[in-house]
Amino acid sequence: MLRAFFRAAFAAVVMLSSTAAFAQEGHGPAAPVAVGTLELSGGFARATLPNAPVGGAFVTITNKGATDDRLVSVSSPAADVGQIHDMSMEGDVMKMRQLPDGVVIPAGETVTLEPAGLHMMFMGLKQPFVEGQTVKITLTFEAAGRVDLDVPVLGAAADSAMHMDH
Amino acid sequence: MIRSFRLWLWVAVVALGLTAGAAALLLRQPAQAARSFGGGTYSLVDQNGKAVDQTMFQGHPSVLFFGYTHCPDVCPTTMAEMASWFQELGNEGKDLRAYFVTVDPGRDTTAVLGDYVSWVSDRITGVTGDPAEIAKIIKAWGIFAEKVPLGDGEYSMDHTASVFLLNTKGEFEGTIAYGEANDTALGKLRNLLAKS
Repeated sequence: MLRAFFRAAFAAVVMLSSTAAFAQEGHGPAAPVAVGTLELSGGFARATLPNAPVGGAFVTITNKGATDDRLVSVSSPAADVGQIHDMSMEGDVMKMRQLPDGVVIPAGETVTLEPAGLHMMFMGLKQPFVEGQTVKITLTFEAAGRVDLDVPVLGAAADSAMHMDH
Repeated sequence: MIRSFRLWLWVAVVALGLTAGAAALLLRQPAQAARSFGGGTYSLVDQNGKAVDQTMFQGHPSVLFFGYTHCPDVCPTTMAEMASWFQELGNEGKDLRAYFVTVDPGRDTTAVLGDYVSWVSDRITGVTGDPAEIAKIIKAWGIFAEKVPLGDGEYSMDHTASVFLLNTKGEFEGTIAYGEANDTALGKLRNLLAKS
């Protein structure tokens, strides 16, 4: 009886401490960050392959305010250039477009930057994005201003911060 | 009289032969057109600088993908998926080879390609070379590839994102579409391996 209790307690401690370690290492989804009327959540970057000089990063932006805002630019100390891109598939052809005017975040709506769609693209990487590390990125909004995020680097084919790569 | 009849008979035989020959040639053309997909000749180099040509696809089943290392989404995703295919197939996929052909030979030198492809497997070949020769392999496989400027002299490449499945003769057997479910992809690969 007592033994079973200790075993359970031990298991709980192990679970808790491993959860804590997990969060510290930046594997888990980052906590939502608020800026103005915007809330940014689920930010992540994908690990880059050897010699790949570009890396993608993704985030979900919710506008809780009554007026539209606009993501106008992105940057990172880890890269020379940050751009906002839209990727689409036309048949079996992948098409990539830069969005020089940024992305509107309509009032009361959520815009998701995600793989195979809208995303932040960082070019001229100073070092690779390594799985398990974090990358600093800065997003600038027309109304809400600048916000810095530390996003976890997930696998090279990760689809979202919620579930891990297969 | 008999002589001239014989002559006419010969003329008829020759005419019949010509017609049959022409018909056979015409009938064969559609089959040849189908086979010409993936045909063509080109002289390229692998990531180690070794010369490769259209015969590299012969003697084993292959997966073939066209991409480029400055590609932020489709290519790394496909490379990661290929790595997982090799892992999941294990010994079952020991004959399978993979090819990554760059659509951006200007930036993807052999040195750049080497580490990039070796991340996937030791059975993947990175292929680059003279832009004119890359144009030939792109044409042979009906690949769409187009430069899209991104400002500051940077550019992206719009390109066909499917993975081609090739049989042991290096002939086209099918595709794995971008984002296709892992189970479906593995099923197609097992199918390809079973035929080899």
